[in-house]
Amino acid sequence: METLDDVILKVTDLTVQLPNQTILDKISFQLRRGTTLAVIGPNGAGKTMLFRALLNLVPYKGKIEWANKVKIGYVPQNLFPSDIPISVKEFLSIKNAAKVENALNSVGLRSEDLRKKRLGALSGGQLRRVLIAWAVIDSPNVLLFDEPTTGVDLDSEEAIYRMLIELEKKNNITTLLISHDVHIIRHYSDFMLALNGCVTFFGESKRIMEPELQSMIYGEPVCMEHNDEVG
Amino acid sequence: MTDGLLFGLVTGIAVGFAAGYLGGIMVLEKMALVGDALSHVALPGLALGILLGFNPILGGFAFLFVSAVVIWEIGRVTKLSFETIVGAVFTLALAVGILMIRDLDALEAALFGDIGTVSLVDAVLAVIVSVVAVSLIRIIYKQIVISMISEELAISEGINVPRINLLYLLLVSLVVALGIKVTGTLLVGFLVVTPAAAAKNLSSNLFRYSILSSVLGAISASSGIFVSSYLNLPSVPPGPIVVIVGVIIFLATILIKWKTKMNI
Repeated sequence: METLDDVILKVTDLTVQLPNQTILDKISFQLRRGTTLAVIGPNGAGKTMLFRALLNLVPYKGKIEWANKVKIGYVPQNLFPSDIPISVKEFLSIKNAAKVENALNSVGLRSEDLRKKRLGALSGGQLRRVLIAWAVIDSPNVLLFDEPTTGVDLDSEEAIYRMLIELEKKNNITTLLISHDVHIIRHYSDFMLALNGCVTFFGESKRIMEPELQSMIYGEPVCMEHNDEVG
Repeated sequence: MTDGLLFGLVTGIAVGFAAGYLGGIMVLEKMALVGDALSHVALPGLALGILLGFNPILGGFAFLFVSAVVIWEIGRVTKLSFETIVGAVFTLALAVGILMIRDLDALEAALFGDIGTVSLVDAVLAVIVSVVAVSLIRIIYKQIVISMISEELAISEGINVPRINLLYLLLVSLVVALGIKVTGTLLVGFLVVTPAAAAKNLSSNLFRYSILSSVLGAISASSGIFVSSYLNLPSVPPGPIVVIVGVIIFLATILIKWKTKMNI
């Protein structure tokens, strides 16, 4: 039996609708503290919309219950910094000027030159690290990452995930991340929530290697009737 | 230096500084033409002021203020860009304004500015309004920048994006209304666009960009007024001279950027 302290997030019958379309239909799941949950599913499955609902950015029906004193760090998928003359240091200072050095050190960006660099002039990997620094600068206990390694080469991707896991373990952070990468899901998350408008699977991430499960997740949606499991 | 020139210079510096500062955001938002088009919306208000005998700038500001609210609401409901909405209404406003103003001297002053007739009260008012506008924008500047980088990121940080957009538009209206006195309604778009564009050529961080766009705005406006006074050509209003000086500064920044890129 889970105690209230163990569970950091409880979602019950979450439904998100647009004028002519139901994006998410009665999504239910629970998550323990310190767990990494991969949110997966085909394009248009409602993964990003789930994050928006969790952040209260869109109207929804159903219940989203966060544990007390939850502080969330969020990095969206799409950013458009290319044309804006803002340095890395200025960007992070907007959120917390006192902790810029700490945050950058924690994501492995120690070069003084890089701090002065324009956000739009960073490489894909550097930009993602800066965004992770943005998300962790206020010492959150929950991180939401929408495809945290978009536009990043394979080597940098691995390095970023290793760094994320280190940060999570060190600070007991619960992470929800959206990913399409089977390898990432298998190695860098504990549980996975498969969506396709509804929940099609919820369970341990190591099962992602099962071919039948993959075809179920990415094929025609078969919704789980009820989901009491805790990730 | 005459009192008229002194008051004109003070007004030019204050309005140029504020317009440059606010224009910095407009250029980053790729809304440069909004400032230009928005200024034409003031013309019917200026016309009403001339016809009914009250300060035309007040009429212009009232029209700009109402238009900004209407444009913001249409944008919020339809999700059309500000540029599209402003584009749809500004030519109508320009046409109506020109039809309403029958006095050709008054029309010329409205279109090209009349900085030579600025009084002490006008100058003090311009300084106060500019300081207020810059101070308010300074508070929300970083929030606007975050919403430009990602609206979702801004909302997730608790920033009320529609509200800061409205405040921004209203402050732009205020500064544009003041700028009409300096360059006239046809050319006031220059004050919010060109100094910021010049500053962008020379900036790699936000602090430098916002300071440079403001300072270049003040320099463009004041040097234009000064040159116009020095040339002493009664048939040439200061507005176009302000624009020409500003564009020369802009071209100089392109040259500097080009030289830096080429390592010359």
